[in-house]
Amino acid sequence: MKRISRYRRHKAAGPFLLLLALLAIGTTFSVASATTAAETTSADRSLQIEEGRQIFLKGCSSCHGLNAEGAQIAPSLIGVGAASVDFQVGTGRMPMADMSTQAMRKEPLYNAEETAALAAYVASLAPGPAIPGESELNFERDGSTAEGGELFRNNCAMCHNFAGQGGALSQGKYAPTLMGVEPRHIYEAMVTGPQSMPVFSDKTITPEEKLSIIKWIKSAEKEPNLGGASLGRVGPVTEGLLGWVLGLGILIGVAVWLAMKAR
Amino acid sequence: MTVEARLGSVANYVDERTGAAAWMKKNLQKAFPDHWSFLLGEVALYSFVILLLSGTFLTFWFDPSQREVVYEGSYEPLEGIKMSAAYASALHISFEVRGGLLMRQIHHWAALIFMAAIVAHMMRVFFTGAFRKPREGNWIIGIGLLTLGIVEGFLGYSLPDDLLSGTGIRIAEAIIQALPVVGSYLAYFAFGGAFPGESFIPRIYTVHVLLLPGAFLALITAHLMLVWYQKHTQYPGPGRTEKNVVGYPLMPTYMAKAGGFFFIVFGVTAFLAAVASINPIWLYGPYTPGQISAGSQPDWYMGWLDGLVRMAPPIETHAFGHTISWNILVPGLIIPGILFTGMALYPFIESWITGDKREHHLLDRPRNAPNRTALGAMSLTFVMVTLINGGNDIIATHFDLSINQIMWGTRFGVFILPPLAFVITKRLCLSLQRADRELVLHGRETGTLLRLPHGEFVEVHEPISPEKAFLLTSHEQAPPLELPEVDGRGVKRAGALRNKLRSRMSVANAEAIPKVSVNDLKEIEHH
Amino acid sequence: MSNEIEAIKDPGLPAHVHRKADTDSAAADRAERQVAILFGISALGTVLLIVSYIFIPDDVFIFIPVMGNQNAHQLGLGLGMAISLFFIGMGAIHWAKTLMPDTEVVAQRHEFRSPDSDRKEFVEAVKSGAGAAGLGRRSLIKKSLGAALGLSALSPLLLLRDLGPLPEKELEKTTWKSGTYLVTDPGNRRIKASDLEVGAVAQVLPEIEDPEHRKLSDIAKDAVLLIRLRPQEFNLEANKLAMTHDGIIAFSKICSHMGCAVALYEQQTKHLLCPCHQSTFDVTRGAKVIFGPSARPLPQLDITIDQEGYLVARQPFSEPVGPSFWERNSQ
Repeated sequence: MKRISRYRRHKAAGPFLLLLALLAIGTTFSVASATTAAETTSADRSLQIEEGRQIFLKGCSSCHGLNAEGAQIAPSLIGVGAASVDFQVGTGRMPMADMSTQAMRKEPLYNAEETAALAAYVASLAPGPAIPGESELNFERDGSTAEGGELFRNNCAMCHNFAGQGGALSQGKYAPTLMGVEPRHIYEAMVTGPQSMPVFSDKTITPEEKLSIIKWIKSAEKEPNLGGASLGRVGPVTEGLLGWVLGLGILIGVAVWLAMKAR
Repeated sequence: MTVEARLGSVANYVDERTGAAAWMKKNLQKAFPDHWSFLLGEVALYSFVILLLSGTFLTFWFDPSQREVVYEGSYEPLEGIKMSAAYASALHISFEVRGGLLMRQIHHWAALIFMAAIVAHMMRVFFTGAFRKPREGNWIIGIGLLTLGIVEGFLGYSLPDDLLSGTGIRIAEAIIQALPVVGSYLAYFAFGGAFPGESFIPRIYTVHVLLLPGAFLALITAHLMLVWYQKHTQYPGPGRTEKNVVGYPLMPTYMAKAGGFFFIVFGVTAFLAAVASINPIWLYGPYTPGQISAGSQPDWYMGWLDGLVRMAPPIETHAFGHTISWNILVPGLIIPGILFTGMALYPFIESWITGDKREHHLLDRPRNAPNRTALGAMSLTFVMVTLINGGNDIIATHFDLSINQIMWGTRFGVFILPPLAFVITKRLCLSLQRADRELVLHGRETGTLLRLPHGEFVEVHEPISPEKAFLLTSHEQAPPLELPEVDGRGVKRAGALRNKLRSRMSVANAEAIPKVSVNDLKEIEHH
Repeated sequence: MSNEIEAIKDPGLPAHVHRKADTDSAAADRAERQVAILFGISALGTVLLIVSYIFIPDDVFIFIPVMGNQNAHQLGLGLGMAISLFFIGMGAIHWAKTLMPDTEVVAQRHEFRSPDSDRKEFVEAVKSGAGAAGLGRRSLIKKSLGAALGLSALSPLLLLRDLGPLPEKELEKTTWKSGTYLVTDPGNRRIKASDLEVGAVAQVLPEIEDPEHRKLSDIAKDAVLLIRLRPQEFNLEANKLAMTHDGIIAFSKICSHMGCAVALYEQQTKHLLCPCHQSTFDVTRGAKVIFGPSARPLPQLDITIDQEGYLVARQPFSEPVGPSFWERNSQ
């Protein structure tokens, strides 16, 4: 004891004790909460999963909990599957900038490799929907545009609008536009039901039907506006506005010119 | 034969059989006052002609049948889809008939412009007081045309039986069904059974293509004949009195301008149809009651009705085994009924308030009728607020707002904003009257400063021309009605309350800044 | 000082100002050329229309700034037509403004009121005519005429009777009966309870014999929305809770307000939103209305599973689906 107390007034004593305390608390907490987490594969953790876990701890655990068990402000990620992560992180929705129910799409914070690592880590926590592979996403071959349109109008148009332009939900939330979204992300969204969007089970909308929906969305995206400028593809509101502003506006302009005396 | 000789022989042929020369000689020289605001009604008239022409084109290919067919046309995303023959024929017009899509778009844009022009024209007539005697009947015909136009437009865009317009028909059916006692019967008669049935589209086709155009032709003819016979009103100004009409002769000037303007309206409509897509029914898909799109709205002229229905409180009466849906009847039928009846009767309401039974052919400058102008602003504000709520979901997504906020905002706004608009507009009108008075009394501010010999700086005012002075003072300022509440012996008369109300309204209506008289000018001179 | 306020006098019509083309023949010729140019542009427009119609195939797209890729055939037709019409108008108006007479003419208005003598004669004519008809004296004719005309007005009303059947009890019935299987829409596949994850929805219709030929009038009452929550998330009375199955709840998709399809489900708030008038229904409380104009919750379908786990309806809807009507007993 006397040997240690000789360093009592050492200038490094304070920081050293602080570090010790932090380590002690941190380890105690991890050990204590480790019992509530799902079985972590400690022995055969692959490099990717470990990388994912590190990224998770740095960027996600403050809301989702150190073991992804969830907290007051964020749901548990145990069982959400790689598909959820690939969607949420890949579209930039997570990490969230604005703590509301509406997770807005933004510039992704993590690159493809980091996203894959995160997805692997979350997938390792419990079984969940997997990221669809290239062969599973061949909507050109396996989907039907017309059937996709029917499915879209039945299941998607009420939130996302008839042409996938997005629509209003309650309390300021909205279903975003589907234009310019990766087919993989569309698939994952249908399977995982992100934020306000419900889940579309594979038995009620089969994987082939999901591909048809994607094929239709892509076809609508590519489809040129046959009759002129599209006015947003949101219906009569913008049409009425243009009719008044441009239509009646030009006509009143000509009328004023007509009634003016010539020089 | 020379051109003149040939024309002469044609004229002779016609005149020998009809005696046309007599009335043509008078009417070819008829004077038409020229002001741009008088062309708004013409925009509506020409749009109607364009609707007839483009509509007839469409009827050559449109199949008004709800018979189920499987799509076999060229639009791939709908290949093999079940739809009604009406929808399929509208797709055929859009994709396979050359010029078909253009004509569909001309028809729909013309309809939007038609309604916009009617509303703009109605506002011009209202704000200038052109509905006063002897034109009350023409005003009522006009309100009739407005109402029929709304119905005709709704039926028209419902014909292709697409998802958006089919939803609109569902709403219309719900309104019919909600009528007490007779609702379910009327709905079943209209639809030939349960909704949607197979009879509705063919039936509204008959209404849209035959019955309503016939009614329009009759009403428009009556409307124009009255204008012709009663002669058009004119704005006040030098040389213009209640007893004359100052304008350009029908032949050649007015004919050329009005005829040319028809081509302008047609050209602008075609331009819109060329560059702006409207009603892309192939994107909506065919109608089925199990589907709906986010952001479903009717065309703009029904948007205010949609807004009213959206903001209605959720009130129904459930009593004695029956249901009355006030949340549908009040915004869908009762309020519009009150509004349109009030509009139709307005000329009589105003003459009751003012007690004015004389003819008026000189228009009012809106500032000189502050109460009426304020009332018009109030009505416009009401329509704008309800229109905004009708598009609340589109507004919410584009401006990052919440539909709930907009709904509550317009629920309160519809009560608070119109009276506010009334007060502000009335004050504005009175201020403008004051400005007019200043202009007549002191002349126009030139911006040039002058230093007087004793050191004072004054702004040089230029007296306005006698023409302008006359224009600013030629309006009438009638004193308010003074209606007795008691008779000669001090006993309260029957109808005292009515007279009191009338007097009060008359006093409010007559509030004005006194216009400048010759005496005032003389006084100024003595300064 | 007189009491009467003397108004400012009318200076009369302002002096006529001549246009350039009125006095200067060169200006007039210039105006004529301008009119001709305008008409010429119109002709070019017509040529564009004709060329587009005949020669431009309808699958060619060209890029226009601001508007993006536009169909060349449509654009050519439309712009050609617009130009051809618009410039005829411009030419005619410019012609009228610059070259046609612009001296204002003054016409007199005449009083509408007919002279008193005419009015008297009119009244006399009507009176004598009516008197000759004997309407005033012959009350039997008047009454029987009234009866005949009034009665004949009933015929057109009667002839319209076959516009539609009487509703009878149809508005209260749907295809759903005890034992009807729930099938996907579209697809017509039976659904097992285990097919749905928590947070899932499914668009559902009743299983019928000929699913390829469903009538729209049936869909308009049969459409149902299936939603799966966790059982503990429900806040329902016992009888309503009994109509759910393991967290799965079924509602009529036809809005109780005006009949639009209420299919917009917000998974996190557990709210259903109808896009037509924004009626909002809380699924955890049996589709209770929490916002918007609808006055009644959505009718709930009583569901359970069969031995193989497929979802079936246990009984028909206990109330009419869709919008209200007079005969609806909504208590």
